[in-house]
Amino acid sequence: MSQPALEVRDLATHFTTRSGVLKAVDGVSFALAQGEVIGLVGESGSGKTVTGFSILGLVDAPGRIVAGSVKLAGQELVGLSGRALRTLRGRRIAMVFQDPMTTLNPVLTIGRQMQLAILAHERAGSTAVRDRSVAALARVGIPDAYRRLHAYPHELSGGMRQRVAIAIALLHRPDVIVCDEPTTALDVSIQAQILTEMKSLVRDLGTALIWISHDLATVSSLASRVLVMYAGRIIEEGPTAGVLRSPFHPYTRGLLDSLPSRSVPGGDLAQIPGSTPSLLRLPEGCAFRSRCARATELCLAPPPLERSGVRAYRCHHPLSAEVAA
Amino acid sequence: MSSFVEVEDVSKLFTPRLSVGERIASALGSAVETRSLHAVDKLSLRIDRGEVMGLVGESGCGKSTLGRIMAGILPPTSGAVRVAGQPVMSAGRKPSKRTTRVQMVFQDPFASLDPRMRIGETIAEGPIAHGFVDRSGVVPYVGQWLTAVGLDPGFASRFPHQFSGGQRQRVAIARALAMQPDVLICDEPVAALDVSIQAQIINLFLKLRRELKLTMLFISHDLGVVRHVADRTAIMYLGRIIEVGETQSLYQNPSHPYTQGLLDSVPKLVLADDESVTFRPIEGELPSPLSPPTGCHFHPRCPIAVARCKVDTPQLRAAASASRRVACHLAPPVASLAPA
Repeated sequence: MSQPALEVRDLATHFTTRSGVLKAVDGVSFALAQGEVIGLVGESGSGKTVTGFSILGLVDAPGRIVAGSVKLAGQELVGLSGRALRTLRGRRIAMVFQDPMTTLNPVLTIGRQMQLAILAHERAGSTAVRDRSVAALARVGIPDAYRRLHAYPHELSGGMRQRVAIAIALLHRPDVIVCDEPTTALDVSIQAQILTEMKSLVRDLGTALIWISHDLATVSSLASRVLVMYAGRIIEEGPTAGVLRSPFHPYTRGLLDSLPSRSVPGGDLAQIPGSTPSLLRLPEGCAFRSRCARATELCLAPPPLERSGVRAYRCHHPLSAEVAA
Repeated sequence: MSSFVEVEDVSKLFTPRLSVGERIASALGSAVETRSLHAVDKLSLRIDRGEVMGLVGESGCGKSTLGRIMAGILPPTSGAVRVAGQPVMSAGRKPSKRTTRVQMVFQDPFASLDPRMRIGETIAEGPIAHGFVDRSGVVPYVGQWLTAVGLDPGFASRFPHQFSGGQRQRVAIARALAMQPDVLICDEPVAALDVSIQAQIINLFLKLRRELKLTMLFISHDLGVVRHVADRTAIMYLGRIIEVGETQSLYQNPSHPYTQGLLDSVPKLVLADDESVTFRPIEGELPSPLSPPTGCHFHPRCPIAVARCKVDTPQLRAAASASRRVACHLAPPVASLAPA
């Protein structure tokens, strides 16, 4: 098997705060094959965004990667200098952020921002830069791309801005793009357009994607594999359809059951009791223990990662699901 | 026949204030072009007593503006909203006394609670001002509503920052309920919450609705949530309602092309390994509400538009089924009654 596009191993990112050490990401491992799309799912505070930021070395103080490794096509990224990281970011690995209103520079035209992104990594003449920018905008479905080069971000709608952000991320054809809730701020009809574009881009360019989202339905329509995070750890992973059809972990089950589409209209939704624990005061053992109906004394010990074929989970009392094919 | 909540021909225009130069020019008699935004355009809606009406639309369609007008927070430019025949607020300037029969729950529980007031004070402020309770009875009164939303009455002396997002939304709901309203306007009440917390708050709404027989307008962009809570659903596009009907039938058999497109855009959970595309986008973008398209606002994006749609504005009319009203020239007629 060929080398994975990205390999994350035992990654731990902690924030030192006045009230203690906050373990936002605590021992996350996964590999992303070339051209693969994986979904990283979790609620706020689960560590999914910090995982994305850690991969690109974007975690600011007081946060710090305290352990683990991130390998991009075999090259270690953890511990690289800022300068070395900058030669990789945008060229070999890129990120698309949640809020298209704040990720673009409001005082530069779209064309200028794309020019800067291109020239950051290579020398190119102005005609070549322009042609490439127009091609990149056209590829993400922006009509009248040439004219848009002269537009400022405020002249574009939210959906168009997010397309521009994706076009910029694609400029250097990176091997890996980390997308952090890229459609959360958008309307459903625009989200559907962006998802359609992303699907064809991944297919045509062979870019590997990490799609970070809290929305299981969006992830299931895009990602072949899903990682579910809770309190800084991956608690379940596997092929998306299999995990969503028959999850092992009670938390995954709870997330699925709380979706309105899964119950009788007007009837009570199955709810997970309580709320996400504070990362500063995580319960001992399994972090989901206090909200879990299946918890026993066994759960006072941290559950190890159990493998079952292509699936894996961290639970002492997994749901007796059909074993994934 | 009159309904419990009547929204009649309500319009809301937002006009940017003229600059000094423009005002002088206008005083001197030259025509100054004013670009006003028709957030709500001659909209009528009826909600029966005890009914939950869902209001769905994309950002900028005017659904929040309509909610605010119905709650009496924003005066309409023209038209009126009545609850049980009494106007909530009529067109023009501020009325001398606002109704307390309509209360509102807002989207963001981090912004809608005063961070410097104890939540007990927040909840008690309105009821004291309007004489629902006197100062001696405040503590049990507040405790009663905290219990109703699933919080400990002892929390009354805490500040908002001591609560999680879901708990804060419960406080905001308690504040609205303590005014003993007949109608509750909920503007995206679960949009800011995590999936697992969202389910808790939706269950709370369902419980309160059963116990207090509340009439509700439930505004959301999330089609799944509305399908779950609403008896009837109205779909809004650029200031107008383009389809309204009984929720389950509307979702199963949408009649307006925009409703169909909207429902098709929502990704569904993929549970089979070979299933791939579960959604289909609507072509094009939401037009600017400052210069909406002529005729049917949806015609530039509509897959079935004909020449007439560009010039002739379709009105809401009965179509598809007896309980459905659709603003589309091409909507199928009401199905003839099947033989008994």
